[in-house]
Amino acid sequence: MFPDSKIPSGPLAEKWTKHQFDLKLVNPSNRRKYDIIVVGTGLGGAAAAASFAEMGYNVKAFSFHESPRRAHSIAAQGGINAAKNYPNDGDSVFRLFYDTIKGGDYRSREANVYRLAEVSNAIIDQCVAQGIPFAREYGGLLDNRSFGGAQVSRTFYARGQTGQQLLLGAYSSLVRQMHKGKVQFFPRHEMLEPVLIDGEAKGIITRNLVTGEISSHSANAVVLATGGYGNVFFLSTNAMASNGTAAWRAYKKGAYFANPSFTQIHPTCIPVASEHQSKLTLMSESLRNDGRVWVPKKVGDDRHPNDIPEDDRDYYLERLYPSFGNLVPRDVASRRAKEMCDEGRGVGPTKLAVYLDFEDAINRMGKDQVTAKYGNLFDMYQQITGEDPYKVPMRIYPAVHYTMGGIWVDYNLMTTVPGLYVLGEANFSDHGANRLGASALMQGLADGYFVIPYTIGDYLSKKLGEEVSTDHDAFKEATSNVNERLNKLISINGNRTVDRIHKELGLIMWDHVGMARDKGGLETAIEKIPTLREEFWSNVKISGKLDELNPELEKAGRLADFLELGELMARDGLNREESCGGHFRTEYQTEDNEALRDDENFTYVAAWEHKGDTSSPELHKEELEFENVELTTRSYK
Amino acid sequence: MKIQIKVWRQSNAKSEGKFSTYPLDGVSEDMSFFEMLDSLNDNLVMGGKDPIAFDHDCREGICGTCGIFINGRAHGPIRGVTTCQLHMRSFQNGETIVVEPWRAKAFPIIRDLIVDRQSFDRVMESGGYISINAGNAQDANVIPIAKENSDLAMDAAACIGCGACAATCKNSSAMLFVSAKVSQFALLPQGQPERSNRVKNMVDQMDEEGFGNCTNTGACEVECPKEISLVNIARMNREFLKASIM
Ligand SMILES: Cc1cc2nc3c(=O)[nH]c(=O)nc-3n(C[C@H](O)[C@H](O)[C@H](O)COP(=O)(O)OP(=O)(O)OC[C@H]3O[C@@H](n4cnc5c(N)ncnc54)[C@H](O)[C@@H]3O)c2cc1C
Ligand code: SF4
Ligand code: FES
Repeated sequence: MFPDSKIPSGPLAEKWTKHQFDLKLVNPSNRRKYDIIVVGTGLGGAAAAASFAEMGYNVKAFSFHESPRRAHSIAAQGGINAAKNYPNDGDSVFRLFYDTIKGGDYRSREANVYRLAEVSNAIIDQCVAQGIPFAREYGGLLDNRSFGGAQVSRTFYARGQTGQQLLLGAYSSLVRQMHKGKVQFFPRHEMLEPVLIDGEAKGIITRNLVTGEISSHSANAVVLATGGYGNVFFLSTNAMASNGTAAWRAYKKGAYFANPSFTQIHPTCIPVASEHQSKLTLMSESLRNDGRVWVPKKVGDDRHPNDIPEDDRDYYLERLYPSFGNLVPRDVASRRAKEMCDEGRGVGPTKLAVYLDFEDAINRMGKDQVTAKYGNLFDMYQQITGEDPYKVPMRIYPAVHYTMGGIWVDYNLMTTVPGLYVLGEANFSDHGANRLGASALMQGLADGYFVIPYTIGDYLSKKLGEEVSTDHDAFKEATSNVNERLNKLISINGNRTVDRIHKELGLIMWDHVGMARDKGGLETAIEKIPTLREEFWSNVKISGKLDELNPELEKAGRLADFLELGELMARDGLNREESCGGHFRTEYQTEDNEALRDDENFTYVAAWEHKGDTSSPELHKEELEFENVELTTRSYK
Repeated sequence: MKIQIKVWRQSNAKSEGKFSTYPLDGVSEDMSFFEMLDSLNDNLVMGGKDPIAFDHDCREGICGTCGIFINGRAHGPIRGVTTCQLHMRSFQNGETIVVEPWRAKAFPIIRDLIVDRQSFDRVMESGGYISINAGNAQDANVIPIAKENSDLAMDAAACIGCGACAATCKNSSAMLFVSAKVSQFALLPQGQPERSNRVKNMVDQMDEEGFGNCTNTGACEVECPKEISLVNIARMNREFLKASIM
């Protein structure tokens, strides 16, 4: 039987309130008797760690970054959604819920998504109270903009730096608790194993990235908020250090991994320029509010974009989707861009790009307005490409951006391992097969500020008086596993650097588990990845020592896990014989090349259980039930 | 392009450091500065040597993790960008590029180009926040905030905490960094209740960390990749004065 997803009964709009009442509480004076480990201090982790401490729990927070002010979250540009309906354009909790469910192509849980929409407004209140300088109107009230997949303006933003401001807000709450001694922060510490005692999560093993010291940390519960695994593709918009290790280690200790193949490819990134490329840069989706996407009508039209007259341009999104136009959801925009390039109508030196043109916006709003809205993005583009987007249309191409898949969690955000919770991008919970823009920040903060602080008490209340010590054998065993693995890595001393092998993995993933997938390709990936994994374990070259700061060793450990995770992604993609959201199987499409879902057979969450390194993982299906929305074919026409 | 990299090598906080020079061929103009270093490191590792350790993460100029002196300038030759946003087209074929870590007492070197900036976190801990617990907030639109103030607060809040200001300053003063946070909150109604304690505590902690005094040379503003303005320092001085008289 599938583990209980703990979705409360009753009408959708009352589930969360009812559930909060039903959850057991830890009384305020008892909270200081509990230790909670939080791994990761991006939006999800920092919000959770600060909130736990505010409630009175003792928190140990870990990050491989040097400070909680650094995390991948900081790079989010566009904004954060909420159902405030300040613009009076018909938004509501239900509409935000509905858009998110539909945007996710009906592969997420109604109850979770509704709760997300429900707490969205409190997030904005909290952030403003922290002093986050969101954009405002002249009257002094908050401004909103619109994002793909929605017909209302519900996105709050702080210039092009929303993620930065939200993270610094969460960081400010966290440092306040550090100052009070309620949070002990461990910088440059990487978690390499969760530790289970009698099947429950009671601690972690970490490596101090400066000294190489391996140490054990115990607690009554462990919370992972360790971000997404998009870097399995080598090239992505994720920060260089983002990785899947914490999630993967949890998976190998018994936490199910859900929908691993659900990857979001973002339509508006700066195209790859050279083979030395180390990462891809996102141009915020908000640009699609005013920029128009086009390619030449004729194949092989090599004219300078400014010399191609209106009649010879194909504004294909506006043509194909008159009602949403340039604001169709990401998966649709990405796939269509790929199609244009496959047809030979791509632009730029590599022909793997489409134009995003601001000429009309500049004429309509004036250059100053455009600068005010997008100035820093334009500067960034110019810095990277050497071209001026005020004069020449931007060139964009899709790139790996976000992973909707992640560790399976129940409604309380607990994994299949009792006492182990996962928040933020690292879990699978709210975005189904495709995430709408500006909703990852919302989810990370919802999980951290407004969900986990309530739900964790239900577990902890049963553990009053529990003493956990790192003297337990489970810590010794986990430590020796970690040491053994590190020693093995450093002693291989082969002929290929970590990055070279990672690039090869990235190519396999992009070609076969990328924007368009098919049976043959996925099978090829499942065949090739284990071979590359063997190559890694016999031929990787890592310089340096174990007991010092060693970036090559860090990268190698993460790649070793990607080399296993990549295979699971391909297996999941192969199993899902339908197209939905970001998972596009070319065998399953409509006549108009839209994703063709198979609701009869695939309306489930695919949750994979690790069965040991030598056997195949086992698939468990969590059936999704829709009582409040009707499953329709997503249409953005 | 063919270049030479003259770079500071130091294995840990306690060891002595020195410059080493490495030639590098086949550098393209489209490479970022860090992609150039990646490629040099790939050579070093293949040759059985330790790669050059440097801090970086987003490679988009927003996380504040990167930061090195390039040819004597914090974040390199171009104004308003971080090290990770530099491209090799800003350098000459045949050039010897000198690469060093931040140098400041409050930023001890960890290895090669990586320094420890936890002093910044401790300054933040001492007052860089508004005391609000999750769940306490009122509706976000209850207090209108004049757009001018909100925009000025955002200008200050754009600081990425890279440390270039303190590293550049001949006195190793962290005034630009600290004043950016003090200003952000001083400009907003939410920041008022703790206004005077905040500035006093943060300035005290800054002194305790070993950052030097500000003598208004303005070098910080020139090298700040986010172009945080000196006006913030003036505002912090006023805040500090007001708090001290009160
Ligand atoms: C360029 C870009 C722009 C984006 N723009 C938007 C946007 O406009 N709106 C939106 O809603 N979303 C956006 N997103 C998505 C969003 O930013 C992320 O999904 C979200 O910030 C993830 O937050 P997180 O807290 O889950 O993880 P992260 O921010 O990735 O934090 C992970 C944390 O875990 C730590 N960690 C990880 N593994 C370990 C380990 N093994 N040991 C110790 N510590 C570990 C890290 O140090 C870090 O502190 C964007 C993403 C990108 C790439
Ligand atoms: S003020 Fe500028 S130079 Fe100083 S830390 Fe902030 S962004 Fe960096
Ligand atoms: S690496 Fe993030 S600012 Fe340079």
